[in-house]
Amino acid sequence: MEDFRQLEHIAREIRKDILLMLNRARSGHSGGSLSVVDILVALYFGGILTYDPKNPDWEDRDRVVLSKGHACPAWYAVLSRAGFFERELLWTLRKLGSPLQGHPDARKLPGVDASTGSLGNGITQAVGIALAARVLKKRYKVFCIMGDGELQEGVVWEAFMSAAHYNLSNLIVIIDYNGLQIDGKVMDVMGIAPLKDKLEAFGFRTFEIGGHVYKNLIDTLITAKRNVISPTAIIARTVKGYGVSFMANRAEYHGVPPSDEELKKALEELGNGV
Amino acid sequence: MEYKATREAYGKALCELGKKDSSVVVLDADLSGSTKSKEFKKLFPDRFFNMGIAESNMVGVSAGLALSGLKPYASSFAVFITGRAFEIVRQSVCYQNLHVVLCGSHSGVSVGEDGGSHQAVSDIALMRSLPNMKVIVPSDYNETYMAVLATFDMEGPVYIRTSRAKSPIITNKDKFEFGRADVLKEGKDITVVACGMMVSISLEAAQLLRNSGIDAEVINASSIKPLDEETLVSSVRKTGRVVTVEEHSIIGGLGGAVCELLSKENPVPVERIGLNDVFGESGSKEDLFCKYGFTKEAVAERVKKFLNG
Repeated sequence: MEDFRQLEHIAREIRKDILLMLNRARSGHSGGSLSVVDILVALYFGGILTYDPKNPDWEDRDRVVLSKGHACPAWYAVLSRAGFFERELLWTLRKLGSPLQGHPDARKLPGVDASTGSLGNGITQAVGIALAARVLKKRYKVFCIMGDGELQEGVVWEAFMSAAHYNLSNLIVIIDYNGLQIDGKVMDVMGIAPLKDKLEAFGFRTFEIGGHVYKNLIDTLITAKRNVISPTAIIARTVKGYGVSFMANRAEYHGVPPSDEELKKALEELGNGV
Repeated sequence: MEYKATREAYGKALCELGKKDSSVVVLDADLSGSTKSKEFKKLFPDRFFNMGIAESNMVGVSAGLALSGLKPYASSFAVFITGRAFEIVRQSVCYQNLHVVLCGSHSGVSVGEDGGSHQAVSDIALMRSLPNMKVIVPSDYNETYMAVLATFDMEGPVYIRTSRAKSPIITNKDKFEFGRADVLKEGKDITVVACGMMVSISLEAAQLLRNSGIDAEVINASSIKPLDEETLVSSVRKTGRVVTVEEHSIIGGLGGAVCELLSKENPVPVERIGLNDVFGESGSKEDLFCKYGFTKEAVAERVKKFLNG
């Protein structure tokens, strides 16, 4: 796909859905949902993932684990648009009885391959799912999307170590590297640099790309899918709150939804036209 | 009487399950020789995964394997698999109600010389508190073997607690039922409820008590969660008093479970024998059992005092 305008259009629509969902839920994580959108759009609409929304448990499907589970509004909007469930369901986010839990629940929502939310838990499960492919002789890939702050959890490095030890070339870790976490800049709270060196030292074939540039995302994901030697890590440089000027690069919007006024302003920025 | 460690049965049962079904996979965290999961590795090296000294990741990986339709059995020392990995057991295994079987070996002070850092005394409490988790503390080698086989057809997570030390084989059932307690000795004066190695100790204590004219009923409550409410309540209705015996803290384990049940169904005085909110220490198993009151004499004495008190 050489023309990425269609993907960019979808991403704008997803961002609008996210803001509407969070505004109606009156809680949730704006910043990290907006930063991860293009990664998800590239996976689901850029021809990378093998999936069938009518058969979400299809055993040959590629798996997606959102290890940074708090960004699930973005995933929910993408899953809905990909046909896993009705769009109307989006407006039930975080409400009692909704399958759209505050953090992803695999037992409640089709398309969610593992329950996540407690940081570091997603990657350990992703390693297990990737390892299972070996036992079951399956060819599916496992895409695990992580936050950069999440990498501070020690179990993440246990999981990385085991992925390399078992040569899980079907595991592709994508790091939504927006540089911010709740308490401020990642480098100030607990630095993770030099990240590329660390990942390579842990046995990952590692790429560093712009996380809002579709050509970069698609090309790198295709390369990662073809890798048969080692697990892959993609450090996708993103901007927290991307797409909404007053949220961009601001840690304050990590766990805060847009107010009615902010929503109006944000939707105008993203373009109210369909 | 034949003596064997319950951990030996874990290894043997895994091999049996491995032969029965190719979806059985086994994980360990560098203790496969101690937990006995190594026996499975010998037969099925392609379905055995050593995860290194990283219990948290081992449990998370087990969850991922279960999500993919496999049947993982993960083992380590009880103190690590329930303690170090607790948060992952909660989030990735129990929260998703995944069929993952966790085996904690080297439980209680009978670990011996390794000392308090390695003696799990809170693992039953930790695992019992988690929604969806089932907790089994088998009393001997035979029961452990049957319990591990029985996990195969269960749904959701299971925690099985085994021991390092050898203990007498006292059961001979050909099937293990979750949620069923066995009355091993009938009696009318007091109900003694025990789990793990303390079942055989309690049976021996009951013999001593008989000499003192006390007729104790001894119940093997190997299934701590779910608990066999019917058997326990009907015994207590008969005897009116209960002593629980476990190689675990008196807080939150078998004693806690029995008190929770009886406070609702049939309140009676309960004496809890176990570790009195303390950690263990180094020593031989025999010396530690003497110090912490896990001998037949000490248990019999506590029962007598309780009845006379």
